[in-house]
Amino acid sequence: MTIDWSAFTPISALAGGVLIGVATALLLALNGRIAGISGILGGLIDRTPGETGWRLAFTLGLLLGPAAWLLFAALPAIEIRADYPMLVAAGLLVGIGTRYGSGCTSGHGVCGLSRLSPRSLVATLMFMGAGFATVFVVRHLLGA
Amino acid sequence: MKKTHLTAFIAGLLFGFGLLLSGLANPAKVLAFLDLAGAWDPSLALVMIGAICVGLPVFYLAKGRDLSVLGEQMKLPKRSDIDRPLVIGGLLFGIGWGLAGFCPGPAIVATGAGEIKAIVFTAAMLAGMGIFHLLNRPKAGGSDSPA
Repeated sequence: MTIDWSAFTPISALAGGVLIGVATALLLALNGRIAGISGILGGLIDRTPGETGWRLAFTLGLLLGPAAWLLFAALPAIEIRADYPMLVAAGLLVGIGTRYGSGCTSGHGVCGLSRLSPRSLVATLMFMGAGFATVFVVRHLLGA
Repeated sequence: MKKTHLTAFIAGLLFGFGLLLSGLANPAKVLAFLDLAGAWDPSLALVMIGAICVGLPVFYLAKGRDLSVLGEQMKLPKRSDIDRPLVIGGLLFGIGWGLAGFCPGPAIVATGAGEIKAIVFTAAMLAGMGIFHLLNRPKAGGSDSPA
């Protein structure tokens, strides 16, 4: 393993993580709800009674995040190298997988680990492990 | 507009800022984090650490409470079983994450930034969730799902 120190951004990563934590804490303390993005989006699709309003509002906040950011600074880089067929395949896997596994990086990774939930720890190990393995196969075995 | 809608909107906005600031909204950076055998960028481990450092005490305080500060019912996940869907779903999600570098939150934020490729990914992701909904109609939703 070689660490790419030139790409390492510890301060913004930590500060961004703290912001994500604060957003999660606000939603929990004020609304009594878990900031799990796949659960919020999936819940909108399932149309769980009484839960649509706050879910729409949260999703709208996420969507408008970049526009609000632009009031203060230029947007950071968003570099997407995958081609369209790959994006569609990956999107379907993420959509089905997060719903089948009841959570994603935020719900299991941030909220679940913060709750010290063994169930979320297992889920996090699964998606992290599969993520590491997939990039290894794509970049180092297939050489894409 | 209900008060809880405003607070959810603000939480979503802050969450989006966090994703942008941290680099998690940039698939190239996510894939550099997932590439252990290449030139590894460990930054994103710090995103999780930062978020969990805030989350730990807040979830600890929330435990056992019935109502939120605004008087809403607290809906925390109740399930603790480790079953096949959890494992298989996690693996499928991880494969998709490793292929494109997007998980759900960053996909929505990058869609909001107007990135065409993010819009395509998000459309496919929502279609995937829709497929799950159709296949799983009787037990979809509910407060037992953590995310």
